[in-house]
Amino acid sequence: MSDNNNLIISRNLSKKYDQHLVVDDFNITIKKGEIFGLLGPNGAGKSTIILMTLGLTEPTSGSISVAGFNSTREPLKVKRITGYLPEKVGFYEDMSAKGNLAYTAELNNITYGEIPRKIDEVLEIVDLSKNKNQVVKTYSKGMKQRLGIADVLIKEPELIIFDEPTEGLDVKVANQILQTILDLNKQKNITFLLSSHQLNLMQRVCHRVGILSKGKLITEGTVESLGRNMFGGGKYRLELGLEKVTGEIVEKLKKLDKVVNVTRTDNQLQIVCDRDIRQDISRLIAAEGILMTRMDMKQDALEEIYLKYFKEE
Amino acid sequence: MRSILTVYRKELSDHFSSNKFLILLALIYIAGLSSTYVALTNIREAASSLSGNVFLYLFTTGGDILPSFITFISFFVPIIGIIFGFDAINSEKNSGNLSRILSQPIYRDSVINGKFLAGVTTLTIIIASIVFIISGVGLFSIGVPPTAEEILRLFFFIIICVFYGGFWMGLSILFSVIMEKTAASILTAIAIWIFLMFFLPIIANAIANAMVPLADNAATADQVRNYTIEHMISRISPATLFTEAVVVLLLPVGGNLMFTPVLQSDVSMIESGQMILNPLSIGQSLIQVWPQLVVITALAIICFALSYIIFMRQEIRST
Repeated sequence: MSDNNNLIISRNLSKKYDQHLVVDDFNITIKKGEIFGLLGPNGAGKSTIILMTLGLTEPTSGSISVAGFNSTREPLKVKRITGYLPEKVGFYEDMSAKGNLAYTAELNNITYGEIPRKIDEVLEIVDLSKNKNQVVKTYSKGMKQRLGIADVLIKEPELIIFDEPTEGLDVKVANQILQTILDLNKQKNITFLLSSHQLNLMQRVCHRVGILSKGKLITEGTVESLGRNMFGGGKYRLELGLEKVTGEIVEKLKKLDKVVNVTRTDNQLQIVCDRDIRQDISRLIAAEGILMTRMDMKQDALEEIYLKYFKEE
Repeated sequence: MRSILTVYRKELSDHFSSNKFLILLALIYIAGLSSTYVALTNIREAASSLSGNVFLYLFTTGGDILPSFITFISFFVPIIGIIFGFDAINSEKNSGNLSRILSQPIYRDSVINGKFLAGVTTLTIIIASIVFIISGVGLFSIGVPPTAEEILRLFFFIIICVFYGGFWMGLSILFSVIMEKTAASILTAIAIWIFLMFFLPIIANAIANAMVPLADNAATADQVRNYTIEHMISRISPATLFTEAVVVLLLPVGGNLMFTPVLQSDVSMIESGQMILNPLSIGQSLIQVWPQLVVITALAIICFALSYIIFMRQEIRST
């Protein structure tokens, strides 16, 4: 077992299919209790990294370990503490939810006496207790996704890997799933590795994110730190439209508290700052007698960060 | 080991509760009981001329309208094998179940081994149950109990059927591993079965006639050569090997002569009673069918081993 707080450690992990490099020198450390988001377009190598984490495919070079167990050499030990919910989760449609969970429990060597209690417990968490005897083919997509969560919880994992957890779900159900992730993380200290395209949803739950492109990890960190690095170090960005912009007004804006940077394009100003200074700006502009045509404030949006990376490519 | 048992139990319960199992069981019972009825009628008519092994005639005697039980079984065993194997892996893959199952702490081979064992068990239960039913009906109708040797012969018959069915199951599991669509895997397996069962004998006959044409007054040596060539080619097919094995095993008198070149003069002597055939003992019959049994078993092992190796090396993704 690992002797520190790191749960997943990947070192120089690479995977080649024939001559095509799908994962290129992937290095990451994910701490216990963290929710980590793996982002990237289709074909970026997210699913391959997940498969290598679970020991379901071998890396061409490098290594990845979960809780100190090497995924390639000790896949059973890794799978014993890792729950995986694939993008297209499948169940035996003619079996009840209870039957499906009992099968998973048996595969996890849970004693027969313990299985009914465990099933009740995990179905309670995902709010499917009333539907436990219902055959899965009558379940909606959202219910199946919740059953998927119950399925991974039955083994009491330290780590849960979700591939596109909210894909194809309506906003309400997606929010329920995200709330469940947050609750499980908080209450049971379960570490999550999420892979998703739905960046706004990921931003809500992930402590840190890593952006992948063509198998390479371009950047990783908290959404805030990524935004700071990308947009000049400030937490907020204000976009100002003025009737006229003078050098004097730019200088006065720069002197406002917590302003990091001010850039000018014609009559538009972009102000990067570390606090919400909209009131100060309004007062300043009014005092100068200049007409303000618009003022928009943007926090670091994962989507913007993501798009900026892929725009620059 | 527990994971294999878990998969095995689940697959077994799936088979028993599936419609395909019930349909196959009904078909094989109808075919078996019909052929038994025909056999019983013929046995009663020829009761005085029958010598030993009366009980085995229940399985080998056919009529003008319906063939014998062993003819039926040679059709049904491949079908059962194919039906219990063609979607073993690809349907699990397509439904998204396989990636979920393989992410559990089990070795990958538990899945394919459990499925194969469950299929073979189901096949064994189907074959054994119809053999027991026919035996029971026969015992009740003809009133002659089977001898120990006949019981042994029937036991080996069931084993041969299971190995033969195992070959077809192994082949269809192989296609289910290789092919993504279940329709493709079942069609390929059935196409191979049709070719080996129906077309190969025709091709073998054509090749033999092309190589050694037989005129009306062909020399005995040519007849033997023609027969040997045709027979050697036919033996590529496991269906031929299976038929040979069960006929020799269940027809102790003269069964072995059905697959060796016999001169017309010898046939005449047998028919006129000038040449009396002695029944083969169980040991002699087994020696006769040993090569067929080994080849059928080897083919089953090869097919399963291939599917095992390919499955173990495959990358399973959920999409």
